[in-house]
Amino acid sequence: MSEDLNNLGALIEAKQPDSVLGWDVSHGELNVDVAPANIEEFIEFLKGDPACKFSTLVDITAVDYIGRAKRFDVVYHLLSMYQNQRIRLRVSIREDQMISSIMSVHPSANWFEREVFDMFGVLFTGHADLRRILTDYGFRGYPLRKDFPTTGYTEVRYDESEKRVVYEPVKLVQEYRQFDFMSPWEGAEYILPGDEKKDAEAG
Amino acid sequence: MDGSKFNDVLTGEQRIRNFNINFGPQHPAAHGVLRLVLELDGEVVERCDPHIGLLHRGTEKLMESRTYLQNLPYFDRLDYVAPMNQEHAWCLAIERLTGVEVPRRASLIRVLYSEIGRILNHLLNVTTQAMDVGALTPPLWGFEEREKLMVFYERACGARLHAAYFRPGGVHQDLPAGLLEDIEAWAVEFPKVLDDIDGLLTENRIFKQRNVDIGVVNEDEIQLYGFSGVMVRGSGLAWDLRRAQPYECYDEFDFMVPVGKNGDCYDRYLVRMAEMRESLKIIHQAIEKLNAPEGQGDVLARGKITPPKRTDMKQSMEALIHHFKLYTEGFHVPEGEVYAAVEAPKGEFGVYLVADGSNKPYRAKLRAPGFLHLQAMDHVATGHQLADVAAIIGTMDIVFGEVDR
Repeated sequence: MSEDLNNLGALIEAKQPDSVLGWDVSHGELNVDVAPANIEEFIEFLKGDPACKFSTLVDITAVDYIGRAKRFDVVYHLLSMYQNQRIRLRVSIREDQMISSIMSVHPSANWFEREVFDMFGVLFTGHADLRRILTDYGFRGYPLRKDFPTTGYTEVRYDESEKRVVYEPVKLVQEYRQFDFMSPWEGAEYILPGDEKKDAEAG
Repeated sequence: MDGSKFNDVLTGEQRIRNFNINFGPQHPAAHGVLRLVLELDGEVVERCDPHIGLLHRGTEKLMESRTYLQNLPYFDRLDYVAPMNQEHAWCLAIERLTGVEVPRRASLIRVLYSEIGRILNHLLNVTTQAMDVGALTPPLWGFEEREKLMVFYERACGARLHAAYFRPGGVHQDLPAGLLEDIEAWAVEFPKVLDDIDGLLTENRIFKQRNVDIGVVNEDEIQLYGFSGVMVRGSGLAWDLRRAQPYECYDEFDFMVPVGKNGDCYDRYLVRMAEMRESLKIIHQAIEKLNAPEGQGDVLARGKITPPKRTDMKQSMEALIHHFKLYTEGFHVPEGEVYAAVEAPKGEFGVYLVADGSNKPYRAKLRAPGFLHLQAMDHVATGHQLADVAAIIGTMDIVFGEVDR
């Protein structure tokens, strides 16, 4: 199985040297890093090439690596029902960078790209209808970014006097609990109460 | 010259415009909280724009701040019609990253309960789709059987729906005494109920008029719109992940992959009925294997990601510490990314898991089959009549828990 994947990875790299930035096989899966500018042609190549025939788009998603210069990884999963193979493509982009839509190759990319836009704020050029999809009408912010709080910013309730649903800033009775399970033996950086004063005096 | 300047010569009756209606979110045939904005030309659908997200609970965001084990019950709440099949994908993803080998008995129990889940799902889908096109009796008969199956769920794990039974490294606990015999007895009786439903629907004139040649999809459309599961098999492609990319111990079971011919709603109904019978075969084989001597033993791969035995905790300090650490801090999953897919009753359900070596997933993406099926609604429903929309939604097998996540 992984022998096949290694062959396939080498073949793809040989045929598309401009697009492939690197590839590896891990956990029995083929990962290919693709240059952002070439993603559309590359996916079209994967779909048409008889050795690949990755004709089904399984998934498009993104991962937010906050603190990295190229902040987002847009991840494509493709499946070939004919060759019985799967492949994962990763495209790293900056926060302000746009990526071309693959809707012309796979119409099924439509909602996936809308979801990535909705959740991460990644813009897809050439997408016909890039609306929000899962969040509320008129929602602001990109919830799956790491700097978006899990509790969000607004909450809704039905107002009896106004006879409609009203939006209000979130009021938490108790702070959202995030426990730190990092072991002190594995190099957790603790800030002991009072330490911040010392830093302030020194700086 | 397109004639648009001569509007004034048209009579009032000729001056028509398309009609927009909202289908749902409170429509009984919308199978949940689906809002379809339909543009109708008379009674023919011109455009169909599904608005989803009314059941969006932010599962993926919530999962990022919980441990791997705490995340497991979220999977029951995705496709709440067949909960254990979703858990399966999550467990497989974690097991692939940690390299844990599931004991044979646990593996067999997983197969058994995945197939029970498949029957649960198909029973609901076939019978409620029949209700959408006008038959009232099938859901009453189908839900009676679903009730019996949910009792089997309850006896194994204590909950009828939100099971949290499959755990990374096996299943939560062994089956109680007598359960296997009762499942076996049910599986012998069940074909009669299937025959009854068959008798009500298969040759029913109204049912056929409403389903034959409705919502036809061909091989090209399957590839373009990323269909999976019955939507593929109904059109004649024998694509089943249990066969094509076997996971768990499906490769040692003897079952067939039923396929349709025409790819319409009626063929998909037939495929679902046939799949239930195939699932029964798997259930019989799984019970036989569970009763065999090789099928005995522990149901959890004892190690870092599973709790110690109760008896060990009475004796050993380390076991007690391990138990405490497991249920507070949770286990750590080595860095890496993995995509694990299972053949859920609705199609390919997958989990893309990015682990950063801590006790929480860095990112988990849930890939639901219904999301893609519903997306193709515009394509499939266009040109059909308004009444067919309900039949098509029914046959696509859409459950909003997994579409909206």
